[in-house]
Amino acid sequence: MSGWRTGAGWALDRSESLSFTFDGKTVPTFKGDTVASALLASGQRIVGRSFKYHRPRGFWGAGSEEPNGIADIHGAQHRPNVQMTLEPAAQGLRLRSINGHPTAEHDRMAFLDRFSRFIPAAFYYKTFMRPDWHLFEPRIRAMAGLGRLDLAAQGFGPSASVNTTCDVLVVGAGPAGLAAAKTEAKAGRKVILCDEGMHVGGSLLYRPARIDGQEARDWVAAMVAELTALGVRILARTTAFGRYDHGLTGLAEAQPGGAAPRIWHVRAAETILAAGAIERHLPFANNDLPGVMSAEAGLHYLARFGVAVGRRVVVATTNGTAYDTARALHEAGAEVTLLDLRGRAAAGQHPFRIIAGQTIETALGRRQVEAVRLASGERIEADTVLVSGGHTPTVHLYSQAQGKLRWDEGLRAFLPGDPVPGLRVIGAAVGIYDLSRILPGQGVVATAYGSSTALWPKPRAKGRIWLDMQNDVTTKDVELAHRENLTSVEHLKRYTTLGMANDQGRMSNLPGLALMAELTGRSIPETGTTTYRPPFSPVPLASFAGLRGGELMNPVRRLPLEAEHRVDGALFREYGGWLRPAWFGPDEGAVMREAKAARQGVGLFDGSPLGKIEVIGPDAAKFVDFIYYNTMSTLKPGRCRYGFVLTEGGAVYDDGVLVRLDENRFIVSCSSSHVQGMGLLLEEWRQDKFDRSRVVIHDTTANYATLTVTGPKSRDLLQAIGLEAALDDASLPHMALTLGQFQGDEVRITRVSFTGDRSYELSIRADRALGLWRRLKEAGRAFDAVLLGGEALMILRAEKGYIVIGKDTDGRTRPMDLGVKGPFEKRKGDYLGRRSLHLPAVADQARDLVGLESLGAEPLPVGAHVVETVAGKRRSRGFVTTSHMSPNLNRPIALGLVEGGSARMGEVVTLHHLGQEVQARIAPVCALDPEGRLLDA
Amino acid sequence: MQLFTCPFCGPRPETEFHFGGDADNDRPGAEASDASWTDYLFFRHNRKGPAREIWMHLSCREAFLMERDTVTHTVTATLALGGEA
Amino acid sequence: MTRHYSALSVLKEGLNGQKGWAQAWRSPSLADRYDVVIIGGGGQGLATAYYLAKTHGVKRIAVIERGWLGGGNTGRNTTAIRSNYYYPESTELYDLSLRLYETLGKELNYNIMLSQRGMMQIVSSPAEMEMAARQVNAMQVNGVEAELLSRAEVQRRVPIYNYAPDARYPVYGAIYQARAGVARHDAVAWGYARAADSLGVDILQQCEVQGFIVEAGRCVGVQTSKGEIRAERVGMVVAGSSGVMAEKAGFRLPITSYTLQACVSEPVKPIFDTVLVSPMTGTYVSQSDKGEMVIGGGLDRVPSYGQRGNLPQLETVLSGLLEMFPIFRQLRLLRQWGGTVDVTPDSSPIFGESPLPGLFINGGWGTGGFKAIPAGGTLFAHILATGGHHPISRPFDLNRFRTGHLLDEAAGAGIAH
Repeated sequence: MSGWRTGAGWALDRSESLSFTFDGKTVPTFKGDTVASALLASGQRIVGRSFKYHRPRGFWGAGSEEPNGIADIHGAQHRPNVQMTLEPAAQGLRLRSINGHPTAEHDRMAFLDRFSRFIPAAFYYKTFMRPDWHLFEPRIRAMAGLGRLDLAAQGFGPSASVNTTCDVLVVGAGPAGLAAAKTEAKAGRKVILCDEGMHVGGSLLYRPARIDGQEARDWVAAMVAELTALGVRILARTTAFGRYDHGLTGLAEAQPGGAAPRIWHVRAAETILAAGAIERHLPFANNDLPGVMSAEAGLHYLARFGVAVGRRVVVATTNGTAYDTARALHEAGAEVTLLDLRGRAAAGQHPFRIIAGQTIETALGRRQVEAVRLASGERIEADTVLVSGGHTPTVHLYSQAQGKLRWDEGLRAFLPGDPVPGLRVIGAAVGIYDLSRILPGQGVVATAYGSSTALWPKPRAKGRIWLDMQNDVTTKDVELAHRENLTSVEHLKRYTTLGMANDQGRMSNLPGLALMAELTGRSIPETGTTTYRPPFSPVPLASFAGLRGGELMNPVRRLPLEAEHRVDGALFREYGGWLRPAWFGPDEGAVMREAKAARQGVGLFDGSPLGKIEVIGPDAAKFVDFIYYNTMSTLKPGRCRYGFVLTEGGAVYDDGVLVRLDENRFIVSCSSSHVQGMGLLLEEWRQDKFDRSRVVIHDTTANYATLTVTGPKSRDLLQAIGLEAALDDASLPHMALTLGQFQGDEVRITRVSFTGDRSYELSIRADRALGLWRRLKEAGRAFDAVLLGGEALMILRAEKGYIVIGKDTDGRTRPMDLGVKGPFEKRKGDYLGRRSLHLPAVADQARDLVGLESLGAEPLPVGAHVVETVAGKRRSRGFVTTSHMSPNLNRPIALGLVEGGSARMGEVVTLHHLGQEVQARIAPVCALDPEGRLLDA
Repeated sequence: MQLFTCPFCGPRPETEFHFGGDADNDRPGAEASDASWTDYLFFRHNRKGPAREIWMHLSCREAFLMERDTVTHTVTATLALGGEA
Repeated sequence: MTRHYSALSVLKEGLNGQKGWAQAWRSPSLADRYDVVIIGGGGQGLATAYYLAKTHGVKRIAVIERGWLGGGNTGRNTTAIRSNYYYPESTELYDLSLRLYETLGKELNYNIMLSQRGMMQIVSSPAEMEMAARQVNAMQVNGVEAELLSRAEVQRRVPIYNYAPDARYPVYGAIYQARAGVARHDAVAWGYARAADSLGVDILQQCEVQGFIVEAGRCVGVQTSKGEIRAERVGMVVAGSSGVMAEKAGFRLPITSYTLQACVSEPVKPIFDTVLVSPMTGTYVSQSDKGEMVIGGGLDRVPSYGQRGNLPQLETVLSGLLEMFPIFRQLRLLRQWGGTVDVTPDSSPIFGESPLPGLFINGGWGTGGFKAIPAGGTLFAHILATGGHHPISRPFDLNRFRTGHLLDEAAGAGIAH
């Protein structure tokens, strides 16, 4: 119990007393606190456990560098693994520490630490092999991980992302960032300034300084006012998490309430990286004990929250910055001893004890620090140890922008090397720590950083020196990796898990690297640095999803008549990206009724998604000849022809009817699921091989609704509604086209059939389709008209053996497999995919589309394979692609692709389906009306 | 998110573009040998560094030539194929 | 020196301060002549060296790695292992691999943490259920166990999936392979490296191949940043650098390189115990032993050697993941990265002698090389030892791109492209 509240703390509003709970204990707090500051004020030292050795863990820092202070926040919205240093304290929060069984304070797994010598880095690669890893895995998995998910709770709510551009994006609103933002804004540039903290100001929020005669915080307030007046957009609690190609920076801006942080995609002409630097630890034994903290954090808690982190404080430093901390704590009433590793103390009068040229050898204490022992052997009682081992510039975004870091031996840090276009790094992020150098000529009065010395971990140290506190990596683990020759920096990281924790090695990477350099006799830059990968700090998955989800995830395409179909009782399903009626009625039994009624009277089907891509121009005929497997230029105006489009590899890509409106105008009626693909394919070949001034492509699919009228009474129905067109078979035979009118709108009437019955497709402006559809339904009553869903249409076409691409074909199906061999054998001239049909594989992979008759009463299972034993091995010789109970034939029907199938008519084959076998007979493709009489019936 | 400059529409996000293959991959005639046909169909330069490729801007449906670096992702030029822009 | 790994040796070393462990592998200096030189120290290259030494008794073998062992796709992938393929040729290859994986930890004396927790491929419509049956039946006919799960069975096994009535992609069932799972990727590379080294294989890191030594039209060695090395046969196993190596050797390959991204969430306690993929959202996920959700999706759309992730694809993948698992809205992204994958026109690998005699290829694994490491190593070792194909590798010869005998698994699933 060491922390207490002083009277100070500018961020607090003490008018209201609030509280939250931590591991079930009530913690008093004020508005303006973070969870961490409130816990420290309450004297709570142990706030978590490390996952491997279950060592007690206390706070190290005050910001996003915090590796230890992680908790789950429970409630209707659940957030695991929250860094308590960044979480605003709020009334009623319920926090649960991680890896404490049951609490961080009292952890019954703490005994594991006594066995730590037997579980060094990577021990799991050497053990658990016998009898088998799967016997051990569940226990290991249960021990790993940080927090828990809560099945009963919600996660982050959706937040819309923002795309924006600006002249200058400034990352980090400390003194350097504020000054840069002002310079840029005054030059008339559009500026966005972001900072991950709750307040802008960076180190000026807690470090004592005067600028231009003002207190630092007053200067910050004046700057904010000035920047706002200049139009600078200031985003607090906003982390620049990643730098991506072509100058894109990703920001995550915290949102009030339960919404996920908002993602900003910022494309700035220039990005100024002023992300500061983070304080380093010092290598001494037991440096992971609760009560050992960053000196800067100690100052931060005191100035901002009025929390003195200890009463008997040892400050250990390698530079001048920790003097601010020591003085402030002394003034707050703590007993302070400062160890300055540099040969002599900083100049000036210091009201606390200073020991120069010394540092800590060992921290003492079991559950928290109780004393330190120096190399000199002196023991100093202390409840808190504040450490400054120098600073590591925050250069993640520079590195993510493909910048190459260089080692600066003077500053003992990796700094930006060659400039990256569009990115400027300033301030502490390039190792400029003194405020007077960051704000030159502005009358700065502040403590000088002074000279600095580095202290890296040494091999064969006594005791355990922690490098990565979350993952429990000590210097011994680095030595083990070296011993086993895993010396590359990536091997070190992966073998020991050094730097893999959710602080991403902000603190641990460099000392680990320095130790490996020492062990291998190389320099630090020769040893290397790890890659900085986004995100800089963890960002909720929900932020990236934005609003995409549910209906807004790959939105379905909708029919113009959807509302009308819903009134008619349609059940909708998604087919090829379109939401379409599967059947009309309360249950699936409707399918058989629809399929039967359509062949007896007339069926009405909404075929609006059918592709309607126009090919227009003097070279249009030449063009469609190249695109189609079948010769199309011989088609007469006013007529239609069925054909295939192949991939360049020779597989059937699409089938459909080509309509010739006139000499220079065709309509490609492609499958509804292939409209976009066909549009692209046509456009690519038009531009690649043709004179683009003589042929153009125009996709009109969405402009028209297409209503199909099929069945023996279809012509009678059309005549009854009056389309102002001659519909007799002489004027409009099968595979012909005419133009009619309905209530003043043109109706394109094509006589094509996907059912085998007499059929008409009526295409009309999509916004006028409802009138025509209602008229068809109304007049249809006299002809026993039935509404047809997609499932019934599938049966009708299957009875005829008409194929559906992608269902009755696969990526190896060539047109010859579908019985269309003429063009392959006889056609002159080039077409898409032609040459590929003559590659040797084509004959080897040939199969035939055939009918398959069930020998039982049940339809054959779709997806069943025709199996035969070849050279002692069971092999698939084909498979069932389509299968239905035919309501018109009163027996099961099926289609399939079978090797050599057309030569095996009548043969009985064995089908394998989910471990069972059934028999089927190979039959002709067309099961109903093979002579085609129904087309004109 | 990369930005590609469509010669007709200007800089647009990469998600609006479709990769069309190597720029010099001319389609052989129907009488091509298996070797030259499959060269065209399957074999690629796959250059690491500067590359010349055909891309299509899906919004305006115009194909164009793009010169870019496949490592740094720097786009050095985009050129209309038909000389319209 | 302690060489053998076991619980006992870890205990013994615990008493000894872990100070007696032998090097996992040496850092040898290169000889100027080997029987076989393997370019590329990823999982496939190291496995090839191991089987060359162990199965074929080849004595002088070198593995040359430009960076660090396992630093390419071996160390960047999402570690799924499966053999749920459609064509018999693919099945033979990937199931050989899975069978080898099943005993690999013991064989190498290195715990690769194979976790056969099953792989589930969600089916989202009645039409897809028919395709799923075709797939499951093909696997069964080819001798690989597979199940077609009903919606209820999926719900029982993965209760945290999205079964809401208004889910964008409803669950109709799933294709399930129980023997599939995940393994620890680094351990596979390190385990093979250690075992190969103990059989006398020279593994050299930080050594770049700069060219091929060609005499009388035949590859007889390589020029490296550390000097010339001659070899009877040279094998290249260089995912992500195939185009570069092929250019140096003077030929083109049917390969285009793309970035494949992956990412992990922060670690949480176990909540999810299978590998699950939804083809409709294009997202797959498993939970690592460390507790992270390991998340992947489709390729980036722009061919690249960049080895870095980007935002559009990440946003697509994560929105898909949250549609699948609403509870993951509680999670945060910890790390995002990218690897360069070599994609062939049929997404199947290439084995065999290259157009430059004496130089052999194992490559073109696309997104699937990790799961095939033991089989890839076994088959490539056979090819390098004998100069000819193993029956399982023959269908994957480069020549299939001349005859058209492609092995396109997507084609089996009904897609023409």
